[in-house]
Amino acid sequence: MKRDDKAVRYDPFEIEQREWKQRQTKERLKQLLTIASPLFLLLMWELLSRTGMIDIRFFPPPSAIMGTFFGMISSGEMASHIGVSLYRILAGFLLGVIPGVVIGLLMGLYTPIRHFVSPIVMALMPIPTLALLPIIIIIFGIGDLSKVVTIAGSVFFPVVINTAAGVINIDSIYLDVAKNYGAGKLDFFTKIAFPGAMPVMLEGIQMGQAIALLTIVAAEMMGATSGIGYLIWVSYKAFLLQEMYVGLILISFFGYLFSLLLRGIQKKLLPWR
Amino acid sequence: MSRKAKIIIRNLTKAFYKKQGSVTALDDINVTINDGEFVCIVGPSGCGKSTLLRILAGLETPSIGEFTIAIATDGENRPLQSMVFQERGIIPWLTVEKNVEFGLKMRHMPKKLIKERTAYYLKKTGLEKFSSLYPKELSGGMKQRVSIARAFANDPEILLMDEPFGALDEQNKFILQEELLSIWSETGKTILFITHSIDEALLLSDRILLMSSQPGKIIREIIVDMPRPRKIEDIRENPVMAGQFVEIWKHLQEEVQRSRREDE
Repeated sequence: MKRDDKAVRYDPFEIEQREWKQRQTKERLKQLLTIASPLFLLLMWELLSRTGMIDIRFFPPPSAIMGTFFGMISSGEMASHIGVSLYRILAGFLLGVIPGVVIGLLMGLYTPIRHFVSPIVMALMPIPTLALLPIIIIIFGIGDLSKVVTIAGSVFFPVVINTAAGVINIDSIYLDVAKNYGAGKLDFFTKIAFPGAMPVMLEGIQMGQAIALLTIVAAEMMGATSGIGYLIWVSYKAFLLQEMYVGLILISFFGYLFSLLLRGIQKKLLPWR
Repeated sequence: MSRKAKIIIRNLTKAFYKKQGSVTALDDINVTINDGEFVCIVGPSGCGKSTLLRILAGLETPSIGEFTIAIATDGENRPLQSMVFQERGIIPWLTVEKNVEFGLKMRHMPKKLIKERTAYYLKKTGLEKFSSLYPKELSGGMKQRVSIARAFANDPEILLMDEPFGALDEQNKFILQEELLSIWSETGKTILFITHSIDEALLLSDRILLMSSQPGKIIREIIVDMPRPRKIEDIRENPVMAGQFVEIWKHLQEEVQRSRREDE
Protein backbone atom coordinates (compact mmCIF):
# COMPACT_ATOMS: atom_id res chain seq x y z
CA MET A 1 0.00 0.00 0.00
CA LYS A 2 2.90 2.28 -0.57
CA ARG A 3 1.95 5.58 -2.06
CA ASP A 4 4.13 7.18 -4.62
CA ASP A 5 6.04 9.68 -2.54
CA LYS A 6 7.79 11.09 -5.53
CA ALA A 7 4.60 12.55 -6.89
CA VAL A 8 4.50 16.30 -6.51
CA ARG A 9 2.51 17.24 -3.39
CA TYR A 10 1.08 20.64 -3.01
CA ASP A 11 0.94 22.32 0.36
CA PRO A 12 -2.14 24.60 0.33
CA PHE A 13 -0.53 26.98 2.82
CA GLU A 14 2.54 27.28 0.69
CA ILE A 15 0.40 28.26 -2.29
CA GLU A 16 -1.58 30.75 -0.23
CA GLN A 17 1.60 32.18 1.22
CA ARG A 18 3.04 32.66 -2.22
CA GLU A 19 -0.08 34.55 -3.28
CA TRP A 20 -0.01 36.59 -0.09
CA LYS A 21 3.57 37.57 -0.87
CA GLN A 22 2.58 38.61 -4.37
CA ARG A 23 -0.17 40.81 -2.97
CA GLN A 24 2.32 42.36 -0.53
CA THR A 25 4.68 43.13 -3.36
CA LYS A 26 1.87 44.79 -5.29
CA GLU A 27 0.95 46.89 -2.27
CA ARG A 28 4.55 48.01 -1.87
CA LEU A 29 4.71 48.86 -5.56
CA LYS A 30 1.69 51.13 -5.15
CA GLN A 31 3.30 52.91 -2.21
CA LEU A 32 6.47 53.29 -4.24
CA LEU A 33 4.50 54.90 -7.08
CA THR A 34 2.95 57.38 -4.65
CA ILE A 35 6.35 58.45 -3.42
CA ALA A 36 7.91 58.36 -6.89
CA SER A 37 5.39 60.62 -8.61
CA PRO A 38 6.44 63.98 -7.08
CA LEU A 39 10.10 62.94 -7.35
CA PHE A 40 9.56 62.10 -11.00
CA LEU A 41 7.99 65.51 -11.60
CA LEU A 42 10.94 67.29 -9.94
CA LEU A 43 13.41 65.18 -11.89
CA MET A 44 11.72 65.97 -15.20
CA TRP A 45 11.71 69.65 -14.32
CA GLU A 46 15.40 69.51 -13.42
CA LEU A 47 16.33 67.74 -16.65
CA LEU A 48 14.22 69.91 -18.93
CA SER A 49 15.52 73.04 -17.29
CA ARG A 50 19.17 72.00 -17.34
CA THR A 51 19.03 70.90 -20.99
CA GLY A 52 17.37 74.16 -21.96
CA MET A 53 14.16 72.50 -23.18
CA ILE A 54 12.24 74.90 -20.98
CA ASP A 55 13.34 78.45 -20.30
CA ILE A 56 15.69 78.45 -17.34
CA ARG A 57 14.75 82.07 -16.52
CA PHE A 58 11.11 81.14 -15.90
CA PHE A 59 11.66 77.59 -14.67
CA PRO A 60 14.93 77.47 -12.74
CA PRO A 61 15.92 73.88 -11.91
CA PRO A 62 14.69 72.56 -8.52
CA SER A 63 18.28 72.08 -7.35
CA ALA A 64 18.92 75.82 -7.83
CA ILE A 65 15.71 76.64 -5.98
CA MET A 66 16.84 74.40 -3.10
CA GLY A 67 20.16 76.25 -3.07
CA THR A 68 18.37 79.58 -2.88
CA PHE A 69 16.14 78.20 -0.11
CA PHE A 70 19.11 77.21 2.07
CA GLY A 71 20.74 80.55 1.37
CA MET A 72 17.62 82.35 2.56
CA ILE A 73 17.45 80.18 5.67
CA SER A 74 21.02 80.92 6.66
CA SER A 75 20.49 84.65 6.17
CA GLY A 76 17.67 84.43 8.71
CA GLU A 77 14.97 86.19 6.71
CA MET A 78 13.21 82.92 5.90
CA ALA A 79 12.38 81.94 9.47
CA SER A 80 10.56 85.19 10.18
CA HIS A 81 8.47 84.98 6.98
CA ILE A 82 7.48 81.38 7.74
CA GLY A 83 6.78 82.14 11.39
CA VAL A 84 4.55 85.12 10.62
CA SER A 85 2.56 83.23 7.98
CA LEU A 86 2.10 80.16 10.17
CA TYR A 87 0.87 82.32 13.02
CA ARG A 88 -1.66 84.03 10.74
CA ILE A 89 -2.83 80.71 9.26
CA LEU A 90 -3.24 79.08 12.65
CA ALA A 91 -4.97 82.04 14.32
CA GLY A 92 -7.26 82.63 11.32
CA PHE A 93 -8.01 78.93 11.06
CA LEU A 94 -9.06 78.70 14.71
CA LEU A 95 -11.01 81.95 14.52
CA GLY A 96 -12.97 80.49 11.61
CA VAL A 97 -13.33 76.89 12.79
CA ILE A 98 -14.53 77.53 16.35
CA PRO A 99 -17.50 79.81 15.54
CA GLY A 100 -18.18 77.65 12.46
CA VAL A 101 -18.55 74.52 14.59
CA VAL A 102 -20.63 76.26 17.27
CA ILE A 103 -23.04 77.96 14.86
CA GLY A 104 -23.19 74.83 12.67
CA LEU A 105 -24.17 72.68 15.66
CA LEU A 106 -26.85 75.18 16.71
CA MET A 107 -28.19 75.22 13.14
CA GLY A 108 -28.27 71.44 13.04
CA LEU A 109 -29.91 71.02 16.43
CA TYR A 110 -32.50 73.80 16.38
CA THR A 111 -34.68 74.10 13.30
CA PRO A 112 -35.73 77.76 13.87
CA ILE A 113 -32.08 78.80 14.14
CA ARG A 114 -31.32 76.88 10.96
CA HIS A 115 -34.12 78.57 9.04
CA PHE A 116 -33.07 81.98 10.26
CA VAL A 117 -29.30 81.66 9.81
CA SER A 118 -28.99 79.63 6.63
CA PRO A 119 -30.21 82.35 4.20
CA ILE A 120 -27.61 84.67 5.71
CA VAL A 121 -24.88 82.06 5.31
CA MET A 122 -25.99 81.30 1.75
CA ALA A 123 -26.01 84.97 0.80
CA LEU A 124 -22.60 85.75 2.29
CA MET A 125 -20.80 82.62 1.15
CA PRO A 126 -20.36 83.50 -2.55
CA ILE A 127 -18.61 86.78 -1.69
CA PRO A 128 -14.85 86.12 -1.75
CA THR A 129 -13.37 87.33 1.52
CA LEU A 130 -10.43 88.62 -0.51
CA ALA A 131 -12.76 91.08 -2.23
CA LEU A 132 -13.48 92.48 1.20
CA LEU A 133 -9.80 92.81 2.04
CA PRO A 134 -9.67 96.61 1.50
CA ILE A 135 -12.51 97.09 3.99
CA ILE A 136 -10.98 94.57 6.38
CA ILE A 137 -7.70 96.50 6.25
CA ILE A 138 -9.52 99.78 6.94
CA ILE A 139 -11.23 98.25 9.97
CA PHE A 140 -8.48 95.99 11.35
CA GLY A 141 -5.36 97.83 10.16
CA ILE A 142 -2.42 96.71 8.07
CA GLY A 143 -1.04 94.36 10.76
CA ASP A 144 -1.59 90.66 11.45
CA LEU A 145 -5.19 91.06 12.54
CA SER A 146 -6.53 91.92 9.07
CA LYS A 147 -4.95 88.74 7.61
CA VAL A 148 -6.23 86.64 10.49
CA VAL A 149 -9.76 87.98 9.96
CA THR A 150 -9.57 87.39 6.20
CA ILE A 151 -8.57 83.77 6.69
CA ALA A 152 -11.18 83.27 9.41
CA GLY A 153 -13.86 84.59 7.07
CA SER A 154 -12.90 82.13 4.34
CA VAL A 155 -12.56 79.15 6.68
CA PHE A 156 -15.87 79.78 8.45
CA PHE A 157 -18.22 78.88 5.59
CA PRO A 158 -17.23 75.31 4.70
CA VAL A 159 -17.03 74.50 8.41
CA VAL A 160 -20.44 75.94 9.32
CA ILE A 161 -22.17 74.28 6.36
CA ASN A 162 -20.59 70.87 6.90
CA THR A 163 -21.22 70.90 10.64
CA ALA A 164 -24.91 71.70 10.17
CA ALA A 165 -25.18 69.07 7.43
CA GLY A 166 -23.41 66.57 9.67
CA VAL A 167 -26.05 66.95 12.39
CA ILE A 168 -29.01 66.97 9.99
CA ASN A 169 -27.87 63.85 8.16
CA ILE A 170 -27.50 61.63 11.22
CA ASP A 171 -29.54 58.50 10.45
CA SER A 172 -32.96 58.95 12.04
CA ILE A 173 -32.81 55.50 13.60
CA TYR A 174 -30.21 56.78 16.08
CA LEU A 175 -32.54 59.61 17.03
CA ASP A 176 -35.24 56.98 17.63
CA VAL A 177 -32.84 54.95 19.78
CA ALA A 178 -31.96 58.04 21.84
CA LYS A 179 -35.60 58.92 22.33
CA ASN A 180 -36.69 55.37 23.10
CA TYR A 181 -33.95 54.98 25.71
CA GLY A 182 -34.81 58.29 27.29
CA ALA A 183 -31.78 60.45 26.42
CA GLY A 184 -31.97 63.96 27.90
CA LYS A 185 -30.87 67.08 26.01
CA LEU A 186 -27.26 67.04 27.20
CA ASP A 187 -26.86 63.29 26.70
CA PHE A 188 -28.40 63.57 23.26
CA PHE A 189 -25.83 66.19 22.33
CA THR A 190 -22.75 64.44 23.71
CA LYS A 191 -23.68 60.85 22.79
CA ILE A 192 -25.58 61.26 19.51
CA ALA A 193 -25.49 64.68 17.82
CA PHE A 194 -21.83 65.62 18.27
CA PRO A 195 -20.18 62.25 17.56
CA GLY A 196 -22.68 61.57 14.76
CA ALA A 197 -21.90 64.88 13.06
CA MET A 198 -18.15 64.49 13.53
CA PRO A 199 -17.22 62.78 10.22
CA VAL A 200 -18.87 65.39 7.98
CA MET A 201 -17.73 68.20 10.29
CA LEU A 202 -14.10 67.07 9.99
CA GLU A 203 -14.42 67.04 6.19
CA GLY A 204 -15.45 70.69 6.46
CA ILE A 205 -12.47 71.48 8.67
CA GLN A 206 -10.20 69.73 6.17
CA MET A 207 -11.62 71.98 3.42
CA GLY A 208 -11.20 75.02 5.67
CA GLN A 209 -7.55 74.15 6.08
CA ALA A 210 -6.99 74.13 2.33
CA ILE A 211 -8.84 77.43 1.96
CA ALA A 212 -6.75 79.01 4.73
CA LEU A 213 -3.58 78.37 2.72
CA LEU A 214 -5.10 79.71 -0.48
CA THR A 215 -6.21 82.82 1.32
CA ILE A 216 -3.00 83.62 3.20
CA VAL A 217 -0.93 83.97 0.03
CA ALA A 218 -3.40 86.32 -1.60
CA ALA A 219 -3.96 88.33 1.60
CA GLU A 220 -0.23 88.78 2.12
CA MET A 221 0.26 89.83 -1.49
CA MET A 222 -2.16 92.70 -1.14
CA GLY A 223 -1.39 94.31 2.16
CA ALA A 224 1.56 92.99 4.06
CA THR A 225 5.22 93.57 4.76
CA SER A 226 6.07 90.03 5.80
CA GLY A 227 5.02 86.42 5.30
CA ILE A 228 5.31 83.82 2.56
CA GLY A 229 2.74 85.57 0.34
CA TYR A 230 4.67 88.83 0.66
CA LEU A 231 7.88 86.97 -0.21
CA ILE A 232 6.30 85.53 -3.36
CA TRP A 233 4.93 88.93 -4.43
CA VAL A 234 8.12 90.93 -3.78
CA SER A 235 10.33 88.32 -5.47
CA TYR A 236 8.02 88.26 -8.47
CA LYS A 237 8.09 92.05 -8.81
CA ALA A 238 11.89 92.06 -8.60
CA PHE A 239 11.97 89.10 -11.06
CA LEU A 240 13.76 86.97 -8.48
CA LEU A 241 12.02 83.85 -9.71
CA GLN A 242 14.09 81.43 -7.66
CA GLU A 243 12.99 83.20 -4.48
CA MET A 244 9.40 83.22 -5.74
CA TYR A 245 9.52 79.46 -6.31
CA VAL A 246 10.85 78.98 -2.79
CA GLY A 247 7.67 80.68 -1.53
CA LEU A 248 5.40 78.58 -3.74
CA ILE A 249 7.06 75.34 -2.72
CA LEU A 250 6.78 76.32 0.95
CA ILE A 251 3.01 76.80 0.59
CA SER A 252 2.69 73.46 -1.17
CA PHE A 253 4.78 71.80 1.54
CA PHE A 254 2.71 73.25 4.41
CA GLY A 255 -0.54 72.37 2.68
CA TYR A 256 0.59 68.78 2.37
CA LEU A 257 1.81 68.72 5.98
CA PHE A 258 -1.45 70.12 7.39
CA SER A 259 -3.49 67.67 5.35
CA LEU A 260 -1.51 64.76 6.76
CA LEU A 261 -1.86 66.19 10.26
CA LEU A 262 -5.62 66.56 9.97
CA ARG A 263 -5.98 63.06 8.47
CA GLY A 264 -4.10 61.73 11.49
CA ILE A 265 -6.38 63.60 13.88
CA GLN A 266 -9.39 62.33 11.94
CA LYS A 267 -8.27 58.73 12.37
CA LYS A 268 -7.79 59.29 16.12
CA LEU A 269 -11.20 60.94 16.54
CA LEU A 270 -13.13 58.45 14.43
CA PRO A 271 -11.95 55.00 15.47
CA TRP A 272 -15.39 53.63 14.68
CA ARG A 273 -15.31 54.40 10.94
CA MET B 1 -54.83 31.24 34.80
CA SER B 2 -55.30 34.61 36.33
CA ARG B 3 -52.50 36.55 34.74
CA LYS B 4 -52.51 40.29 35.03
CA ALA B 5 -52.93 42.48 32.00
CA LYS B 6 -49.64 44.18 31.12
CA ILE B 7 -50.41 46.08 27.93
CA ILE B 8 -53.91 47.33 27.26
CA ILE B 9 -54.60 48.95 23.91
CA ARG B 10 -58.02 50.57 23.49
CA ASN B 11 -59.60 51.90 20.29
CA LEU B 12 -56.25 52.88 18.92
CA THR B 13 -56.36 54.47 15.48
CA LYS B 14 -53.54 56.08 13.55
CA ALA B 15 -54.10 57.99 10.35
CA PHE B 16 -51.45 59.73 8.30
CA TYR B 17 -52.60 62.91 6.66
CA LYS B 18 -51.27 63.74 3.23
CA LYS B 19 -52.61 66.17 0.71
CA GLN B 20 -52.70 63.52 -2.01
CA GLY B 21 -54.74 61.08 0.03
CA SER B 22 -54.65 60.16 3.68
CA VAL B 23 -53.99 56.65 4.94
CA THR B 24 -55.47 54.84 7.92
CA ALA B 25 -52.48 52.86 9.12
CA LEU B 26 -54.21 51.42 12.19
CA ASP B 27 -57.95 51.08 12.58
CA ASP B 28 -59.49 50.67 16.01
CA ILE B 29 -56.98 48.29 17.57
CA ASN B 30 -58.09 46.62 20.80
CA VAL B 31 -55.68 44.19 22.43
CA THR B 32 -54.78 43.07 25.91
CA ILE B 33 -51.44 41.41 26.45
CA ASN B 34 -50.79 39.60 29.71
CA ASP B 35 -47.83 39.88 32.01
CA GLY B 36 -44.98 37.64 30.85
CA GLU B 37 -46.63 36.82 27.56
CA PHE B 38 -44.70 36.51 24.29
CA VAL B 39 -46.90 37.87 21.50
CA CYS B 40 -45.99 38.02 17.81
CA ILE B 41 -47.70 40.27 15.32
CA VAL B 42 -47.72 38.87 11.79
CA GLY B 43 -49.05 40.71 8.78
CA PRO B 44 -48.24 41.68 5.21
CA SER B 45 -45.79 44.54 4.80
CA GLY B 46 -47.40 47.92 5.07
CA CYS B 47 -50.11 46.67 7.43
CA GLY B 48 -49.14 49.14 10.11
CA LYS B 49 -47.52 46.69 12.51
CA SER B 50 -44.38 48.82 12.76
CA THR B 51 -46.55 51.87 13.37
CA LEU B 52 -48.26 50.10 16.26
CA LEU B 53 -44.91 49.26 17.78
CA ARG B 54 -43.59 52.79 17.29
CA ILE B 55 -46.65 54.17 19.07
CA LEU B 56 -46.07 51.85 22.03
CA ALA B 57 -42.39 52.86 21.95
CA GLY B 58 -43.30 56.52 22.32
CA LEU B 59 -41.87 57.37 18.89
CA GLU B 60 -45.24 58.24 17.44
CA THR B 61 -48.58 59.40 18.87
CA PRO B 62 -51.92 57.76 18.16
CA SER B 63 -54.58 59.83 16.35
CA ILE B 64 -57.36 58.44 18.51
CA GLY B 65 -57.37 55.97 21.37
CA GLU B 66 -54.93 55.08 24.07
CA PHE B 67 -52.76 52.40 25.55
CA THR B 68 -51.48 51.67 29.02
CA ILE B 69 -48.52 49.70 30.17
CA ALA B 70 -48.97 48.40 33.71
CA ILE B 71 -46.18 49.16 36.16
CA ALA B 72 -44.97 46.32 38.35
CA THR B 73 -45.44 47.01 42.04
CA ASP B 74 -42.06 45.74 43.20
CA GLY B 75 -40.67 49.20 43.80
CA GLU B 76 -38.01 49.01 41.09
CA ASN B 77 -37.47 52.11 39.00
CA ARG B 78 -38.03 50.75 35.51
CA PRO B 79 -38.58 52.39 32.15
CA LEU B 80 -41.92 51.49 30.57
CA GLN B 81 -40.48 49.91 27.46
CA SER B 82 -37.33 49.30 25.48
CA MET B 83 -37.17 48.57 21.82
CA VAL B 84 -34.99 46.20 19.84
CA PHE B 85 -34.68 47.86 16.47
CA GLN B 86 -34.08 46.39 13.02
CA GLU B 87 -30.49 45.69 12.04
CA ARG B 88 -29.10 49.24 12.02
CA GLY B 89 -30.26 50.05 15.55
CA ILE B 90 -26.93 49.96 17.35
CA ILE B 91 -24.92 53.14 17.48
CA PRO B 92 -21.77 52.86 15.35
CA TRP B 93 -19.66 55.35 17.33
CA LEU B 94 -20.15 53.54 20.63
CA THR B 95 -18.33 50.33 21.53
CA VAL B 96 -20.29 47.17 22.23
CA GLU B 97 -20.12 47.82 25.96
CA LYS B 98 -21.21 51.46 25.62
CA ASN B 99 -24.10 50.36 23.43
CA VAL B 100 -25.29 47.80 25.97
CA GLU B 101 -25.12 50.25 28.88
CA PHE B 102 -26.76 53.03 26.81
CA GLY B 103 -30.23 52.88 28.37
CA LEU B 104 -28.90 52.67 31.92
CA LYS B 105 -26.53 55.59 31.26
CA MET B 106 -29.34 57.71 29.83
CA ARG B 107 -31.38 57.10 32.97
CA HIS B 108 -28.35 57.97 35.15
CA MET B 109 -28.43 54.78 37.15
CA PRO B 110 -25.77 54.19 39.82
CA LYS B 111 -22.36 53.36 38.31
CA LYS B 112 -22.08 50.07 40.13
CA LEU B 113 -25.42 48.85 38.90
CA ILE B 114 -24.63 49.89 35.30
CA LYS B 115 -21.37 47.95 35.41
CA GLU B 116 -22.85 44.82 36.94
CA ARG B 117 -25.85 44.63 34.70
CA THR B 118 -23.89 45.43 31.52
CA ALA B 119 -21.35 42.74 32.38
CA TYR B 120 -24.16 40.27 33.09
CA TYR B 121 -25.85 40.75 29.74
CA LEU B 122 -22.59 40.90 27.81
CA LYS B 123 -21.82 37.50 29.23
CA LYS B 124 -25.34 36.21 28.68
CA THR B 125 -25.22 37.09 24.97
CA GLY B 126 -21.64 35.91 24.51
CA LEU B 127 -20.34 39.39 23.78
CA GLU B 128 -17.76 39.57 26.60
CA LYS B 129 -14.77 39.22 24.31
CA PHE B 130 -16.11 41.87 21.95
CA SER B 131 -17.00 44.49 24.56
CA SER B 132 -14.40 47.04 23.43
CA LEU B 133 -14.99 46.61 19.69
CA TYR B 134 -16.96 48.96 17.50
CA PRO B 135 -20.06 47.66 15.66
CA LYS B 136 -18.36 47.78 12.24
CA GLU B 137 -16.21 44.88 13.37
CA LEU B 138 -19.23 42.71 14.24
CA SER B 139 -21.31 40.33 12.12
CA GLY B 140 -25.03 40.91 11.70
CA GLY B 141 -25.88 38.32 14.35
CA MET B 142 -23.49 39.86 16.85
CA LYS B 143 -24.98 43.31 16.23
CA GLN B 144 -28.45 42.03 17.05
CA ARG B 145 -27.09 40.42 20.20
CA VAL B 146 -25.88 43.88 21.23
CA SER B 147 -29.32 45.28 20.54
CA ILE B 148 -31.01 42.56 22.61
CA ALA B 149 -28.51 42.92 25.46
CA ARG B 150 -29.11 46.70 25.48
CA ALA B 151 -32.87 46.25 25.77
CA PHE B 152 -32.74 43.60 28.51
CA ALA B 153 -30.03 45.45 30.49
CA ASN B 154 -32.38 48.42 30.64
CA ASP B 155 -34.82 46.17 32.55
CA PRO B 156 -38.02 47.66 31.10
CA GLU B 157 -41.60 46.72 31.96
CA ILE B 158 -42.11 45.40 28.42
CA LEU B 159 -39.93 44.75 25.37
CA LEU B 160 -40.80 45.75 21.85
CA MET B 161 -39.04 44.03 18.96
CA ASP B 162 -39.31 45.22 15.39
CA GLU B 163 -38.27 42.34 13.12
CA PRO B 164 -34.95 42.03 14.91
CA PHE B 165 -33.86 38.91 13.01
CA GLY B 166 -35.23 39.90 9.62
CA ALA B 167 -31.83 40.47 8.03
CA LEU B 168 -30.07 37.40 9.42
CA ASP B 169 -29.33 34.14 7.65
CA GLU B 170 -31.25 31.01 8.72
CA GLN B 171 -28.60 29.50 10.99
CA ASN B 172 -27.95 32.72 12.87
CA LYS B 173 -31.67 33.29 13.15
CA PHE B 174 -32.24 29.95 14.88
CA ILE B 175 -29.39 30.53 17.30
CA LEU B 176 -30.58 34.00 18.23
CA GLN B 177 -34.19 32.89 18.57
CA GLU B 178 -33.10 30.25 21.07
CA GLU B 179 -30.97 32.73 22.97
CA LEU B 180 -33.84 35.18 23.11
CA LEU B 181 -36.20 32.52 24.45
CA SER B 182 -33.69 31.57 27.12
CA ILE B 183 -33.31 35.18 28.31
CA TRP B 184 -37.08 35.64 28.12
CA SER B 185 -37.82 32.59 30.27
CA GLU B 186 -35.22 33.73 32.78
CA THR B 187 -36.52 37.30 33.06
CA GLY B 188 -40.22 36.64 32.51
CA LYS B 189 -40.60 39.86 30.53
CA THR B 190 -43.61 40.67 28.39
CA ILE B 191 -42.55 40.81 24.73
CA LEU B 192 -44.34 42.17 21.70
CA PHE B 193 -42.54 40.97 18.60
CA ILE B 194 -43.10 41.87 14.97
CA THR B 195 -42.15 39.44 12.24
CA HIS B 196 -42.69 38.44 8.64
CA SER B 197 -41.76 34.87 9.29
CA ILE B 198 -44.51 32.41 10.21
CA ASP B 199 -41.97 29.88 11.48
CA GLU B 200 -40.49 32.50 13.74
CA ALA B 201 -43.90 33.43 15.14
CA LEU B 202 -44.82 29.79 15.79
CA LEU B 203 -41.49 29.07 17.44
CA LEU B 204 -41.43 32.09 19.71
CA SER B 205 -44.91 33.13 20.71
CA ASP B 206 -47.69 32.22 23.12
CA ARG B 207 -50.12 34.04 20.90
CA ILE B 208 -50.03 35.34 17.33
CA LEU B 209 -51.99 38.39 16.23
CA LEU B 210 -52.74 38.43 12.52
CA MET B 211 -53.10 41.82 10.91
CA SER B 212 -54.72 42.92 7.68
CA SER B 213 -53.48 45.87 5.70
CA GLN B 214 -54.99 49.21 4.64
CA PRO B 215 -56.55 49.80 7.12
CA GLY B 216 -54.41 47.89 9.63
CA LYS B 217 -56.67 45.74 11.80
CA ILE B 218 -56.15 42.75 14.02
CA ILE B 219 -58.38 40.20 12.32
CA ARG B 220 -57.40 36.99 13.96
CA GLU B 221 -55.78 35.60 17.05
CA ILE B 222 -54.01 32.25 17.19
CA ILE B 223 -53.04 30.64 20.48
CA VAL B 224 -49.84 28.62 20.20
CA ASP B 225 -49.97 26.25 23.13
CA MET B 226 -47.16 23.93 22.26
CA PRO B 227 -45.03 23.14 25.33
CA ARG B 228 -41.67 24.87 25.72
CA PRO B 229 -38.79 24.54 25.12
CA ARG B 230 -39.73 24.24 21.47
CA LYS B 231 -37.53 23.18 18.62
CA ILE B 232 -37.96 24.10 14.99
CA GLU B 233 -38.08 20.40 14.02
CA ASP B 234 -40.94 19.81 16.51
CA ILE B 235 -42.89 22.62 14.90
CA ARG B 236 -42.38 21.12 11.45
CA GLU B 237 -43.47 17.66 12.65
CA ASN B 238 -46.43 18.66 14.80
CA PRO B 239 -49.66 18.39 12.74
CA VAL B 240 -51.47 21.11 14.72
CA MET B 241 -48.64 23.52 14.13
CA ALA B 242 -48.47 22.56 10.47
CA GLY B 243 -52.17 23.39 10.25
CA GLN B 244 -51.60 26.74 11.87
CA PHE B 245 -48.75 27.46 9.50
CA VAL B 246 -50.99 26.84 6.49
CA GLU B 247 -53.75 28.94 8.05
CA ILE B 248 -51.49 31.95 8.53
CA TRP B 249 -49.93 31.42 5.12
CA LYS B 250 -53.33 31.49 3.43
CA HIS B 251 -54.32 34.61 5.28
CA LEU B 252 -51.14 36.42 4.24
CA GLN B 253 -51.66 35.40 0.62
CA GLU B 254 -55.22 36.63 0.61
CA GLU B 255 -54.12 39.92 2.09
CA VAL B 256 -51.37 40.43 -0.45
CA GLN B 257 -53.70 39.61 -3.32
CA ARG B 258 -56.46 41.81 -1.98
CA SER B 259 -54.15 44.81 -1.66
CA ARG B 260 -52.82 44.13 -5.14
CA ARG B 261 -56.35 44.16 -6.55
CA GLU B 262 -57.07 47.42 -4.77
CA ASP B 263 -53.95 49.00 -6.18
CA GLU B 264 -55.01 48.28 -9.71
